[in-house]
Amino acid sequence: MNHWIIAPVLIPALAGMLLLLEVRERHRLRRLTGLLSCAAMLAVAVFLGDQAWGGEITVYALGNWQAPFGIVLVLDKLSALMVLLTAVLAFPALLYASCGDDRKGANFHALFQFQLMGVNGAFLTGDLFNLFVFFEVLLIASYGLALHGRGPERVKAGLHYVVLNLVGSALFLVALGLVYGTTGTLNMADFAVKAQALTGTDATLLKVAVLMLWVVFGLKAAMFPLYFWLPAAYASATAGVAALFAIMTKVGFYAMVRVYALAFADGPFAGLGQQALWWLALVTLGLACIGVLGAKRLGTLVSYLVVMSVGTLVAALAFGQLQALGPALYYLLHSTLICGGLFLLTDLIARGRGEVADCLQIGPAILNGGRLSLLFFVAAIAVVGLPPLSGFVGKVALLRSVPDPTYWVLLLIAGLCGLVALSRAGSTLFWRTTGEGSGLRPARRHLLSVVGLLLLSPLMAVYAEPLLQLTAAVAEQLRNPDLYLSAVLGGGA
Amino acid sequence: MELLVAIIIGVLVASGVYLCLRARTFPVVMGLTLLSYGVNVFLFAMGGLKINQVAVVGMSPDPTDPLPQALVLTAIVIGFAMTAFLVVLALRSQGELHNDHVDGKPDDGGRS
Repeated sequence: MNHWIIAPVLIPALAGMLLLLEVRERHRLRRLTGLLSCAAMLAVAVFLGDQAWGGEITVYALGNWQAPFGIVLVLDKLSALMVLLTAVLAFPALLYASCGDDRKGANFHALFQFQLMGVNGAFLTGDLFNLFVFFEVLLIASYGLALHGRGPERVKAGLHYVVLNLVGSALFLVALGLVYGTTGTLNMADFAVKAQALTGTDATLLKVAVLMLWVVFGLKAAMFPLYFWLPAAYASATAGVAALFAIMTKVGFYAMVRVYALAFADGPFAGLGQQALWWLALVTLGLACIGVLGAKRLGTLVSYLVVMSVGTLVAALAFGQLQALGPALYYLLHSTLICGGLFLLTDLIARGRGEVADCLQIGPAILNGGRLSLLFFVAAIAVVGLPPLSGFVGKVALLRSVPDPTYWVLLLIAGLCGLVALSRAGSTLFWRTTGEGSGLRPARRHLLSVVGLLLLSPLMAVYAEPLLQLTAAVAEQLRNPDLYLSAVLGGGA
Repeated sequence: MELLVAIIIGVLVASGVYLCLRARTFPVVMGLTLLSYGVNVFLFAMGGLKINQVAVVGMSPDPTDPLPQALVLTAIVIGFAMTAFLVVLALRSQGELHNDHVDGKPDDGGRS
């Protein structure tokens, strides 16, 4: 058996435990451990991506219990891609946080690793209850991280975040109970097979369970009407943490895609809740436009950009029934990385402006603001979707594969709103200034991690064709759930 | 017995939801606890209700399903940890915001 599949879960778990043992005062050692773990994860993710690229779906039976009975980890193209994305995002985020932010509270590095463990586990698992457990792992680590660094704003936003997610977990458990009660299994593949055979009351109950799952995943993905926690929580979190959180909404989206592709692409439950998902996603997109325009702080603005990307993605999923998934995944990669970079950049700007921080009002000029304004310009172009950067490629590909007038209009309006909001923010931050700034100069490591993340956008634009082919191949594999089913269930038989 | 369990779950969840919608942190914590109790009982019932049967195959003619018990155990542990965390968070919010309103608003004389 190939043991590498469990490495993305084990590496951060071991590093996290090691970090708990290490002496708190030795910051350099802790940073080194954390960064080494992230680098190792990146290497393993590349290796796994290479392995999954061959088209084979690898199944790892934990404890060597065969599929429907034991818990399995499954590596297909989608999970490999998501694990790789996590690793690519985590390294700069941690590098940025390792420049002082990590000292503001205890156990930052351990929590960061446990969060990565939860995210990777959620991407790899092939079992619904295990998905719940990994969700809880990533959530409890994220509660700690969201509150890292103290301050009343954080506590207030954190309380809402925790309470909402606890209610979400309760709903998740109810849905899982119904799934087990009706199908008698929690393995995703086995569930997909057994769900097709249900009739009568059991089928109705399963419908309830699945709609509840949509609600839970919608909460994690921050869809209307469950996104109100996100802007406050993300905008008040420490920069490195906010950048990592850019992947968290995508975990919800991933879970939707996975369950949808396996069990609900066709058969008796085809298209269940799809109409609602479509309209809710469009409303999310529309409200995110208002949020972006009305934001009083740059952090809030970027948070609404995250919400906007979620609306864009879920609408593509709900409309295209997996047809539009290839471009959607490209857009997912782009938006996660750029929003992560923007969160880091926001913090750099806030530091440079001293007391005014990232509030969009007249304030002191940033010392040597030229570099930051250039970075902001690049990031804004990328995230709004203007040529020549990756956002443009992603949006064009999405528009071509979702030929629906409502979607076109909303997506283009969203782009316009983003453009207006970001240009207004940029001119306020960099041009409408009073006197010399007194803020801090950005450290080299800070700049390095921001530039690293933002550079990925032109790279993604240059390699757009191979990347789009790659994501299309991922979508193609998802369109054939039989491959997944036979890999998981056929392996043991 | 099914009716009894269903009523218990209903009462627990209803009171939990009601308390969750309160404006003070303490009732919210209580509400989440009750909600998770209700969910745990629900999860337990999903394996089918049987009286006086062991959860081991071969020990009795009609063994009860052991999996929901394992699931409930996991859910209880996680729920317990989350509640503990929430209590600490509520205390810190009380300390930093100087009131126990969930939105951190100044006290309005206990009307909410």
